[in-house]
Amino acid sequence: MIKLTVNGKKKSFKGAPFKRLIDVLREDFALTGTKEGCGEGECGACTVLLDGEPVNSCLIPACQADGRKVETVESLGVPEKLSKLQEGFLACGGAQCGICTPGMLMTAHAHLRSKGKSDERSVREALSGNLCRCTGYQDIVKSVIKTAKGLKR
Amino acid sequence: MRGDAKSMTVLSPRTAAEAVRTYAKVPSALPFAGGTDVMVGWNLGQLNGRAVLDLSRVAEWKKIRVVSDGVDLGSLVTHAQIQAHPVLRKRFPLLVAACATVGAAQIQNRGTIGGNIANASPAGDTFPALSVYEATVRAVGPNGRRGVPVSDIFAGVKKTTLKPGELIEAVFLPFPDRTPTRGVFRKVGTRAAQAISKTVFAGLVWNGKGGVLEEARLAFGSMAPTVRRLHAVEGYLRGRRLNDVSISAAAELLPNDVSPIDDIRSTREYRLSVSRNILMAFLKGELK
Amino acid sequence: MSVGKNEPRRDGPAKLTGRALYLDDVAIPGCWHGVTVRSSVPHGTIKSIAYDPAFPWDECVVVTAKDIPGKNLVALIEADQPLLADGVVRHREEAIVLIAHPDRATAYEAAKRVRIEYEPLPPVFDMEKSDTVFKSYLIERGDLDAGFAAADVVVQGEYRTPSQEQAYIENNAIAAYEEDGVLIVTGSLQCPYYVLKAMKQIFDRTEDKIRVIQTVTGGGFGGKEEYPSMLAGHAALLALKAGRPVKIVYERHEDMAATTKRHPSVVRHRTALTKEGKLLAQDIEVIMDGGAYATLSGVVLSRGTLHAAGVYECPNVRVRSKVVMTHTPPNGAFRGFGAPQTLFAAELHWEKVADALGIDSLTLRRRNIFKVGSTTSTGQVLMESVGAEECLEKTVKASGYAAKRKEYDRWNADPKKPTWKGIGLAVCHHGAGFTGSGEVYLASRAGVALTAKGELIVLAASTEIGQGTNTMFAQVASDALGVPASWFSVETPDTHKVPDSGPTVASRTCMIVGGLVGRATKDLKRAFENEFGRVPKTTADLKKAAAVLCKGSPARRFEVQFEKPPEVTWDDKTYRGDAYGVYSYAAIAVDLEIDRLTCEVRVRKVTTAQDIGKAINPLLAEGQIIGGSTQGLGWALLEEPLFKDGVMINSQLTNYVIPTSLDTPPFEVMLVEKPYSRGPFGAKGLGELPMDIPGPAVAAAVKHATGRLIPTLPHTPERIAQAMK
Repeated sequence: MIKLTVNGKKKSFKGAPFKRLIDVLREDFALTGTKEGCGEGECGACTVLLDGEPVNSCLIPACQADGRKVETVESLGVPEKLSKLQEGFLACGGAQCGICTPGMLMTAHAHLRSKGKSDERSVREALSGNLCRCTGYQDIVKSVIKTAKGLKR
Repeated sequence: MRGDAKSMTVLSPRTAAEAVRTYAKVPSALPFAGGTDVMVGWNLGQLNGRAVLDLSRVAEWKKIRVVSDGVDLGSLVTHAQIQAHPVLRKRFPLLVAACATVGAAQIQNRGTIGGNIANASPAGDTFPALSVYEATVRAVGPNGRRGVPVSDIFAGVKKTTLKPGELIEAVFLPFPDRTPTRGVFRKVGTRAAQAISKTVFAGLVWNGKGGVLEEARLAFGSMAPTVRRLHAVEGYLRGRRLNDVSISAAAELLPNDVSPIDDIRSTREYRLSVSRNILMAFLKGELK
Repeated sequence: MSVGKNEPRRDGPAKLTGRALYLDDVAIPGCWHGVTVRSSVPHGTIKSIAYDPAFPWDECVVVTAKDIPGKNLVALIEADQPLLADGVVRHREEAIVLIAHPDRATAYEAAKRVRIEYEPLPPVFDMEKSDTVFKSYLIERGDLDAGFAAADVVVQGEYRTPSQEQAYIENNAIAAYEEDGVLIVTGSLQCPYYVLKAMKQIFDRTEDKIRVIQTVTGGGFGGKEEYPSMLAGHAALLALKAGRPVKIVYERHEDMAATTKRHPSVVRHRTALTKEGKLLAQDIEVIMDGGAYATLSGVVLSRGTLHAAGVYECPNVRVRSKVVMTHTPPNGAFRGFGAPQTLFAAELHWEKVADALGIDSLTLRRRNIFKVGSTTSTGQVLMESVGAEECLEKTVKASGYAAKRKEYDRWNADPKKPTWKGIGLAVCHHGAGFTGSGEVYLASRAGVALTAKGELIVLAASTEIGQGTNTMFAQVASDALGVPASWFSVETPDTHKVPDSGPTVASRTCMIVGGLVGRATKDLKRAFENEFGRVPKTTADLKKAAAVLCKGSPARRFEVQFEKPPEVTWDDKTYRGDAYGVYSYAAIAVDLEIDRLTCEVRVRKVTTAQDIGKAINPLLAEGQIIGGSTQGLGWALLEEPLFKDGVMINSQLTNYVIPTSLDTPPFEVMLVEKPYSRGPFGAKGLGELPMDIPGPAVAAAVKHATGRLIPTLPHTPERIAQAMK
């Protein structure tokens, strides 16, 4: 049996230990916010935080998440109460089709939480493992920088 | 997604000794560290029905130990951890620079130095750096430990010289006797991030008195089935004064040390000409 | 006033919190997984299909062409593409056998246990050697020979563009099931009514017995315009045979290799000019590669042909174009739809002309560019809303183009510098809406509903695929009625609930369908005014008014149909007249730098001005421009599907390289508004416009930087290094 913490809650998984973390989240824990785009670790749509660090959940078997802390997009906010970062994305056009957004938010969230630098270059570097085909990235970068400025105050 | 989780047998040793024992008992098991390479194949359904040796619980192999003559990296140390370590940043900057170019953050947080070596991709970004730092790979198996110079660990495309039952436990980076005069890491990838290299270079030079080059250590990846130290070029340059003539002559020797190909990412011609340009710029002190 | 404001994206909160349901997120109890067995030869007859007897086939459902109750056809324009290959295959990855199983991994295992033997037939891969022409066009204006006879200089050029993969981050995905005798198909798609029409023929059912419902869609860009019809047919065949829901979710490499991509092209220009650089004659040839079946090739070619002469006036024009068959997976819609290909040639050709005449390409463009009153290659007089000059001048000014041309010349001449620098320009027009008689043929309908409970619901088949459809509709309706946008909701594109508004393509969603929504809302406004003398001022008011207006019915619908503006005349046979109701315009300056050691290109800045008539929502409009321009930069510098034996061999995101956040520059976007009298609040088309110009601007910048004109995309470091030899 695999025990892990997901979005602050203790969870257990009794299925096949090699089931991918993304599938455990989506199927066993009904957390469908995390998306699969490529299965190769290129697009980052499946990004979750593992002990606070962004990782591609499509490349992690559940057995390696045993005893660890996982955070998904569902931990950030709800439509009725968005997090500051989600509000930043809404205000600055950071999401268009939205499929890359959960992964993008988790990477950005980790960057901001670890006090990553909020200049454009640093933000672009932090997000370079998350592909977006709709936005051309500028509004995503603006969303993160705006949020960082707001958090500093 | 074609992986069939139900078909997999997962073996999860908790110590190095248990890992070696288990691997000896189940030699068909696939050693699995961070999984950033293995899982791609799994997603394609290529590993169904196999046993997997999950090494992620072997705590001894996760340590970075600074000792008097160098730094011992446990094989499960990730690319992200390498970048964060102050002694590595100061003494082995080319390796740190290389780790920053492996995939992107998500991959660097999971991919391990040992897994990277065991995967033995011709395009491994850290290998030229490990090569010029003359790292030693420490393998452990049923017959004990042995150190394999990084120049001898790769046998060919995706093949190592590890013997049956051997696992990588650490990579040792010796402190150079003298601080290099100059060192540069340069990767030419398919794009600015998350790129597989078309050619990847690491170079260290030690200058002596009077503008004479004492020693150069130069390596290219993605230019042959395995990473290549430029022995012909290094031999030519040793003890020579660096000027336009000697540098051009040295660059002429590059094809002796590498064998680039046309593939899905680039061409032989491009690889050779760009590698030559990078080498010459490095020797001239113009490469950042 | 809502129009012109950055109203927050309606679908934003759901997408930002992970609550938006894309197809694979939807819980469908008892759903099986469908997989596809595909052709491993580019052209051949099927000799046999064998199923490994050791596999438990009784656990699966297997479907072949024999199981199709109606026509084995993916209905679109020509009736040539089968839903499942039957006896003959014409491209690699053509679907032959479908399998469904409760367990996804087992379904894939089953697919491996099907052995198909082929008798190979010779394949044609080279579009310039193919004899099978799907469609051809001829545009003629004036007297070509006279134009060339009067020329001071004649310049020729040949330009090539590769295929391009849409690379939406959500792969194609559709589920199907039958409920109460109705075949329901749901998933990631752009055009629910296209799917409906295809399903009618495949399953021999009437429209009331089929229902197509769009789920939240993770990107389309044209790649989900027609392909979902095939996928829906596949999922439905499996579902009906299995007697339970079946979903098919493509894997990335499968989606890239098997589904539609941009048409590759070869375009040749022969241009006659005066020594001052005025266009006298343009003789243009266009060849496009349609792949194995016609699908949308005729229309892609049409748009490419109609834009081939560029945004310039020329008295004598001939465009001869054709799209041909090759034994490769059929090509289809991708943002721009033929125009990026021909505009690449038209724009880059100016750099060649500039060299021949010794006049810079900016001056040449200024001398020939469309103005109000100009006439196009089809004889259309541009009566209004021509922002070409304004876009060009704004771009030139904001980018510092003129000064940088000189500054970079000096930089490039210095052998000690580590890079070459270049700045390149391009300008374009892009017709909004379907070509010529297309909108008349579509006869689109859209509207609004007022429910007895006081809800206001926009009814349109146009899909939200990230471009902002739902937000735009609410804003248009809001201003048409004179109430807050928040009072409106937008109905899910469900063929049982919304009328046929035509496809979500061709930069028509705002201009055409938004226009219909606006008109219908005005009818609703009139209804309020006739009954109450005014429009409700509060939601409480609205509820009371609704109860009265609905007169006991649950809802009242106000629907309108497209009416062709009387001044638009088009002749399909001669290809003359008003090809599009109106054009949008754009100009771009790309500022880039090339590493002299490696020929790697880094784009430093993009400056662009785009005339879209009216920005209903400026933030969403800018987002489309930056996103579309980035796809254009990817096409110009990074992206190239590589083919071997008729199949894409770099069909994963590792080796089909799209821009990351570190590959994209800062963008300066200027919205120009030259209102179109027939567009809602003056709006024209936007979605595709940004795609047309990055390609040639990059090529022009590289020419500035290196002195080499490379007439092919992408400008990879390998191609640049080769050109520098």
